Amino acid sequence: MYRSNVLVCGGTGCTSSNSEVIIERLKEEIKNHGLEKEVNVVRTGCFGLCALGPIMVVYPEGAFYSMVKPDDVPEIVEEHLLKGRIVKRLLYQETVVDDNAIKSLNETPFYAKQRRIALRNCGVINPEVIDEYIAVDGYKALGKVLTEMTPQEVIDVVKASGLRGRGGAGFPTGLKWSFAAANQADQKYVCCNADEGDPGAFMDRSILEGDPHVVLESMAIAGYAIGASQGYIYIRAEYPIAVKRLQKAIDQAHEYGLLGKDIFGTGFDFDISLRLGAGAFVCGEETALMTSIEGKRGEPRPRPPFPALKGLFQKPTILNNVETWANVTQIILNGADWFRSIGTERSPGTKVFALGGKIKHTGLVEVPMGTTLREIVEEIGGGVPDGHTFKAAQTGGPSGGCIPASELDIKIDFDNLASIGAMMGSGGMIVMDDTACMVDIAKFFLEFTVDESCGKCTPCRVGTRRLLEILNKITSGNGTMEDIDRMEELCYYLKENSLCALGQTAPNPVLSTLKYFRDEYIAHVKDKHCPAGVCKALTNYVIDPQKCRGCTLCARNCPVGAISGSVKVPHVIDTKKCIKCGACMEKCKFNAIEKK
Amino acid sequence: MKSLAELQAIRDKARMQVGLRSEGNAEFRVQVGMATCGIAAGARPVLNAFVEEAAKRGLQNVMITQTGCIGICQFEPVVEVINTKDGSKVTYVKMTAEKAVRVVNDHLVNGNVVTEFTIGANS
Repeated sequence: MYRSNVLVCGGTGCTSSNSEVIIERLKEEIKNHGLEKEVNVVRTGCFGLCALGPIMVVYPEGAFYSMVKPDDVPEIVEEHLLKGRIVKRLLYQETVVDDNAIKSLNETPFYAKQRRIALRNCGVINPEVIDEYIAVDGYKALGKVLTEMTPQEVIDVVKASGLRGRGGAGFPTGLKWSFAAANQADQKYVCCNADEGDPGAFMDRSILEGDPHVVLESMAIAGYAIGASQGYIYIRAEYPIAVKRLQKAIDQAHEYGLLGKDIFGTGFDFDISLRLGAGAFVCGEETALMTSIEGKRGEPRPRPPFPALKGLFQKPTILNNVETWANVTQIILNGADWFRSIGTERSPGTKVFALGGKIKHTGLVEVPMGTTLREIVEEIGGGVPDGHTFKAAQTGGPSGGCIPASELDIKIDFDNLASIGAMMGSGGMIVMDDTACMVDIAKFFLEFTVDESCGKCTPCRVGTRRLLEILNKITSGNGTMEDIDRMEELCYYLKENSLCALGQTAPNPVLSTLKYFRDEYIAHVKDKHCPAGVCKALTNYVIDPQKCRGCTLCARNCPVGAISGSVKVPHVIDTKKCIKCGACMEKCKFNAIEKK
Repeated sequence: MKSLAELQAIRDKARMQVGLRSEGNAEFRVQVGMATCGIAAGARPVLNAFVEEAAKRGLQNVMITQTGCIGICQFEPVVEVINTKDGSKVTYVKMTAEKAVRVVNDHLVNGNVVTEFTIGANS
């Protein structure tokens, strides 16, 4: 029995900012003070507040230390763990009430509006110890399903809960299961889509890193429900920590007999193996994913037949996303009504978002469906930093769209987002401020889809490239108004004719920026001007002679010698020579240089 | 895993450890004075005795933590037992590991303050 638990985040974010070293130092210092029998060091999954990592939480006090450096460790051990004095200077400032008290993390703005279901064990348990998962009711749902429920009852509960696929499309999970259950076959499969590829999205990774067993347990439950004995997790090889912890979890579950033959003595067999993806974005599409598991080149195939009829190896298969799986055990344990009580009528439950971009609290948040974008950005996310203003939020990655400031009060769920031309997607949410050029943003996502198009169907292979060419033409100042119209037409063509969701959704970033920010496109075309000053071809750096003191600093820093002028005389930039690197603007102490 | 009972056994065993990682559910908060004076007077074995005895009895409603010097160094090791429901506080002084075991049994389990160890009886 330990008297104190020190939880250190071992997610990818904190690991890359040295949490491994912190854990080592911690163990060392604890040993030096002879506390190793009293204090337990636990490496957990992601806490969500990645912007403040590395994160360390000490229980029972619940002290939340942020941005901990290895050199802070001796002080924490000596002051807090040995003498019981919380190290105030390292506390997350939002948790400090006055000189003597700290308030609970759950009362801070970042956590107060969150409701953690999928992430409930992330940052609480040690993902590499199965006993800790069992302690928080792990594998209880599987036990309940196998001993008390029929497969049909399991499907009925999931159906009644209204759970919809969290991978982005929002298809009702229970319905999918019932299709696969109804199809007779000698072998069926249960798959997990952990090929998270949207730029900026990392919720699946965090669940796998912080709570891998929940995915295994839920897949076994689905196996029982549809009559499958084999599961595959398709995970990208770029997630080394998640892969390692998943494999460890599978091994431990085997050891305990929670996977394998005759689970709980009920005669139910279920096994899971990992398949590593090589990082092709298209392999997140369900048919391409299954083709890839089969050992073939990852390309989508036409539907129907749908995977529930002919999926992996031509057998009935269900495929759900990691976050969807993370909800299943809780629905089984707490019931469909409980799940329906959270979120909105048509989108029950919660959704995890990976907050990124121009926002104070970069990190992972889980909120009930129906939370407004304003609450997420301004309250939980802490708003846009450095005095800039919110311009748009991009959801759903390359398949999604931009939500402008005028729609900040939209209640986020599957249907509302679709109605304004955005998309839930997997839950990446990139916040942009007034320094972002929306044409440039559309171009960024198009570049991504051009790279990632698998090339099987012509609309996507050729169409995305043509779209990108038009965008390049516009951002380089050569666009015409006809280009905008042609581009829009091409977008709809792509949507209707592409083989899989990659091509069908690829125009979304263009369409939604055209819908809400058409004036920016027009400015690029008609005025040859980029309002945000991002597109280099349309931007000129000029020196305001009123403000310039002639200090020569800019001229000395210009890498191409484009600035001329003598001491104490206002300088001038030769726009022909200027490469628009911005070095002069950064160095100027008098704010005399402007982008025009 | 051949039965639900097996799973239950593992859960019960592991729960103690994970249960510590939540805030605000404890009925009693035991604070052991662990400043230099407390440690020198032997607060460490006292703290350990509290933890071990609470674990042995599987007490879920007790949070054991340390605190700094509360200014009565001549009475160290000092232990405060705070009832989080009504905020009342009992201060035990000149504690030992043996005394700690009795405080757990009498006070934390049965609700009877061990009057003879309190500061009132010792000053």
